[in-house]
Amino acid sequence: MSKFIIRRVFLAALIILFGAFIVYAVIRALPSSYVETIARQRATMPNSKSYADWVAELNALFRLDTDVFTGFAGWLGDAIRGEFGNSWSYGIKVTEKFADVIWYTVALNIITFILQIAIAIPLGIMAARKQYSKMDYAITFFAMVGISLPSFFLSTMLKYVFSINLGWFDLYGIVGRYHEQLSSWGKLLDMAHHLVLPVTTLTLLSIGGLMRFTRTNMLEVLGADYIRTARAKGLPENKVINRHAFRNTLIPLVSYMSYLLPSMFAGSMITETLYQIPGIGYIAFGAIRAGDIPFTMFYSVFSIVLTQISLLIADMMYAVVDPRVRIN
Amino acid sequence: MQNEKAPERNEKKHVSTDNILEVKDLKKYFPIKAGLLGRLVGQVKAVDGISFSIKRGTTMGLVGESGCGKTTVGKTILRLNDKTSGDVLFNGEEIFELSNRELRAKRPQIQIIFQDPYSSLSPRMPVGEIIGEAVKEHNIVPDDKFDDYITRIMESCGLQAYHKDRYPHEFSGGQRQRICIARAIALNPDFIVCDEPVSALDVSIQAQIINLLADLQKEFGLAYLFISHDLSVVEHISDTIGVMYLGSMVEYGKTEDIFENPLHPYTKALFSAIPTPDPTVKMDRIILEGSIPSPANPPLGCKFHTRCAHRMEICETEVPKVFDFDGHVVACHLYNKEKDR
Repeated sequence: MSKFIIRRVFLAALIILFGAFIVYAVIRALPSSYVETIARQRATMPNSKSYADWVAELNALFRLDTDVFTGFAGWLGDAIRGEFGNSWSYGIKVTEKFADVIWYTVALNIITFILQIAIAIPLGIMAARKQYSKMDYAITFFAMVGISLPSFFLSTMLKYVFSINLGWFDLYGIVGRYHEQLSSWGKLLDMAHHLVLPVTTLTLLSIGGLMRFTRTNMLEVLGADYIRTARAKGLPENKVINRHAFRNTLIPLVSYMSYLLPSMFAGSMITETLYQIPGIGYIAFGAIRAGDIPFTMFYSVFSIVLTQISLLIADMMYAVVDPRVRIN
Repeated sequence: MQNEKAPERNEKKHVSTDNILEVKDLKKYFPIKAGLLGRLVGQVKAVDGISFSIKRGTTMGLVGESGCGKTTVGKTILRLNDKTSGDVLFNGEEIFELSNRELRAKRPQIQIIFQDPYSSLSPRMPVGEIIGEAVKEHNIVPDDKFDDYITRIMESCGLQAYHKDRYPHEFSGGQRQRICIARAIALNPDFIVCDEPVSALDVSIQAQIINLLADLQKEFGLAYLFISHDLSVVEHISDTIGVMYLGSMVEYGKTEDIFENPLHPYTKALFSAIPTPDPTVKMDRIILEGSIPSPANPPLGCKFHTRCAHRMEICETEVPKVFDFDGHVVACHLYNKEKDR
């Protein structure tokens, strides 16, 4: 097992390295250059140097006067020492900005994740147990709607109904107007109140996939001969489902959920932007638009590392839920 | 052995009938649905009115071509699927009238061994748990004797106690079938449906498993319904034999009677196909023409008339009566006159 983990970690490091390089190369190729934007602004000021001079000076300052390989090597050297530099567009250390905003995203996504599992898996099992019943069709239809709806459309509809017509929630933002005057408990409630619509959006969109996945896998297992054996043994139906069927459905489910893990930290860019939740997705979106290389690099590498870690965890989780892997 | 195993159960056996299982005119049709709305367009008559009974401690063999409904009979007896009509009496009690709870309580007494030992064992459960799970569920033995009991059952099925912690994929096909048998035996059943238990195994292993089943029958006084298409296996293990064709029983009787004097043309054709190990014996095989008709649309009259060498006019229109020659039962128009006399 340890040999396996070491090999996997080594492979993961290699993937992270190449992933980071590709991201760096792509950012350097982007037309929205931070340096050019600044240079253009400064060149319009009175008595200023020419645009070309500003570009040359700023490029040297930001180490953009080298080719992509040298530039990446420079970034990598700093990154290995834990130096991710200052964010160009936010003006503070990248890691500091990151630490400020990541918790909004984590809170948003953990609540969503828990709700998603609590709703989707029981629904999936229910649909599979009563295949082709009215309930099954209703659940499947509901799931299809969730999968098909774009998040911007769903959030707009939710906002229209619950914010504009009913006035229950604010249109956007993570805190209300009187946030600073509230007690600390009140502040928490205020933020929770603002998270209701984003969480609803993300949950409604995500249960469809997990539910259908659960249903498909459950159906496959329920058709297996050993389920027939379990019934013939005279086990009560809930034990047949829980002990024999669901246990064997868990393995694909665990791997599916481990793919969800990185998206918990990175994937809600559109929803965060629509509700203006200052989470990592919203902030990173701003950074990418501004051509903020240090922040974008940090965010991308963070996502890649997270993906690798979650895959590694998934492989190890296999061993926990599947005793056959554990022994071999 | 039997007494020390389950003294309380023998008291329950005071039911008047000495048949452990009686099946009366059992029918099982599967609906064929078509179109967007799932309209019923027909029925597959998998089991179309068959009757037989099995005495305590004996084995009945059920033979026939594949697709003739043998397995459906086995599964319907266990109520693993619903019946369309007819009766299944176990110890004189109608299985299909039991509530779910009563049925579950009854399950240990009627067990089944499935054809495929590879897929019928839960892959993520150690063998000890597979065998013991239902034993605990039904409180067959007190908790303190549980381990010894499982060990004893495993040993009587040719497995070792240290196999308990292993998983099914670590065993060979023959061993897996032993696990399936141990699993069934552990519930202390009176009756086991063996649904082609050896068809998936090598010939050398087949003999071991058949002998194991025979030994267990002697040891625990079991009754078997032995479903198979392998006639030599069935001859070896069965006391009585039923021959099925397209959902119906065409011939039924004692093993010796059927093998020495098959009455139905289908049985004759079937038996003529048993290979003989002696090359000097000239095999007089009856080759059946055509293939088995669809059970969704079986021929009128005698279902076998499309392939029968002794076809008469009456066969195409009238369902043959059932004739009983001292327990040797046959459904064929050939015996109309003979019986009249």
